[in-house]
Amino acid sequence: MNDYTFAYLDEQTKRMIRRAILKGVAIPGYQVPFASREMPMPYGWGTGGVQVTAACLTPEDVLKVIDQGADDTTNAVSIRKFFQRTAGVAVTEATVEASLIQTRHRIPEAPLTEAQILVYQVPIPEPLRFLEPREVETRRMHALEDYGLMHVKLYEDIARHGEIATAYAYPVKVEGRYVMDPSPIPKFDNPKLSDSPALQLFGAGREQRIYALPPYTRVVSLDFDDHPFVASKADHACDLCGAGDTYLDEVIIDDAGGRMFVCSDTDHCGSRRRAGHVGRLGVPGKEVA
Amino acid sequence: MMMATGSAAPLFSVRGLTKRYGARIGCADVGFDLFPGEVMGIVGESGSGKSTLLNCLAGHLVPDAGKVIFDTRTDGPRDTLTMSEPERRMLARTDWAFVHQNPRDGLRMGVSAGGNVGERLMAVGARNYGAIRATALDWLGRVEIAADRIDDRPSGFSGGMQQRLQIARNLVTGPRLVFMDEPTGGLDVSVQARLLDLLRGLVREMGLSAIIVTHDLAVVRLLADRLMVMKGGHVVEQGLTDQVLDDPQHAYTQLLVSSVLQV
Ligand SMILES: Nc1ncnc2c1ncn2[C@@H]1O[C@H](COP(=O)(O)OP(=O)(O)O)[C@@H](O)[C@H]1O
Ligand SMILES: [Mg+2]
Repeated sequence: MNDYTFAYLDEQTKRMIRRAILKGVAIPGYQVPFASREMPMPYGWGTGGVQVTAACLTPEDVLKVIDQGADDTTNAVSIRKFFQRTAGVAVTEATVEASLIQTRHRIPEAPLTEAQILVYQVPIPEPLRFLEPREVETRRMHALEDYGLMHVKLYEDIARHGEIATAYAYPVKVEGRYVMDPSPIPKFDNPKLSDSPALQLFGAGREQRIYALPPYTRVVSLDFDDHPFVASKADHACDLCGAGDTYLDEVIIDDAGGRMFVCSDTDHCGSRRRAGHVGRLGVPGKEVA
Repeated sequence: MMMATGSAAPLFSVRGLTKRYGARIGCADVGFDLFPGEVMGIVGESGSGKSTLLNCLAGHLVPDAGKVIFDTRTDGPRDTLTMSEPERRMLARTDWAFVHQNPRDGLRMGVSAGGNVGERLMAVGARNYGAIRATALDWLGRVEIAADRIDDRPSGFSGGMQQRLQIARNLVTGPRLVFMDEPTGGLDVSVQARLLDLLRGLVREMGLSAIIVTHDLAVVRLLADRLMVMKGGHVVEQGLTDQVLDDPQHAYTQLLVSSVLQV
């Protein structure tokens, strides 16, 4: 602990990041530039999220880190260990026990509370980037609410695929003002962005941007009247816990093309199984304790 | 041809418009009135200030002095130079249109023909995919692009088709004033004729007001009610197209018309 300031970053840097976060909270959905620091991990490992987490953590926090819904992937494990070492905070895999959750690619299934902060790792914060590569121009478009181009993208989707094929990083409009990239969460999670009791913070390290959704912010997924947004998921129930309302991963289980569908949120699945729920391939009584 | 009547208010009034590039004059003290349904041609040799003037009029360049007054639908005549940027942008995607000489400057090359035509509709709030597509199809038809090209990107189109697509993309919101910079400039002669014919039909049918910059007198003869002749950034002569071309007063215009000058 003596080798580092609490949570690795020096106090000056954390103050600078907190100022960016506060500005983001004051202007929901607006991308605030910040001076991203070198972190002892490569870009793409969530350096933006890690810096936001570092700036928010207090010694009393209980931290949960998830990657694609799982707590046990290399990425999640290494970030969790990083903060155990540098901040000495308690960690958990249970969504309900965590006060701060850093995530990549998912929003937990369990409802969040006002006592929680959800920190997203963001690779590309600019939703207009795909259509307009010039940074100066995208900034002007945000300033002037010049968002016709976002619907051009959805139009192209429907023209090409017969439906809006965008499945991840589905663009949203925040409080009727800023168009925002919700990070590569599945569009299934989009409805959970809106009206959430938890504070949601987004950090993009390489692109040096922070943005935020304060609690109970209205977030609407862009769509057309005759092609409304649908928070779709695989048309199955979880084969382990039987849940019919969760986001599922498809898992290949043998060489003969056998597959199963399981909750991508491993904590949610586990607590359901512990509570006695059993899916198609689950084994009653033999579930994790 | 629709002509200005004495009693109608001008759609577009320009006064004392001046733009310098350092010490060099881009255009100086330009003034005119354009009435609803009128088409004005701007001619002059290369470097005479035509593009500078057009870009100042359309809000792409900020002039050093002058007024550019447009008769807005909601608030009547407004000086567009003192409007806020959002107001000016809104004007640029509703009541105004700008056709670039090079269609690549006016099209999104990575977006389908239908998406290109639909963009302005979506920018002003259209949210029904079926209706947007139907309008795009209608407009492709009006500019003689086959319906089955609607999902193709313009990069695969011929130069003439790209230019027609750019026109459709601009006219889809029913603008009242269209700026065109050498709209037939980069095209083969046979393609030019077809495009001119199409433009003339659309201008008449929609009762459009337009300002067309060109170095081609055939273009102004066919399209323009009025003509403005520029030299060295100054307007040297203006009047009804036929009068100016058939009985030019200024020596420079006489040279232009007699084709002694290769413009
Ligand atoms: N960006 C610029 N910087 C400096 N001078 C310019 C610029 N653009 C145009 N000019 C000058 O302004 C004058 C008018 O140019 P332009 O409006 O392009 O004429 P035209 O379109 O009639 O060929 C010319 O002398 C030209 O060299
Ligand atoms: Mg020019």
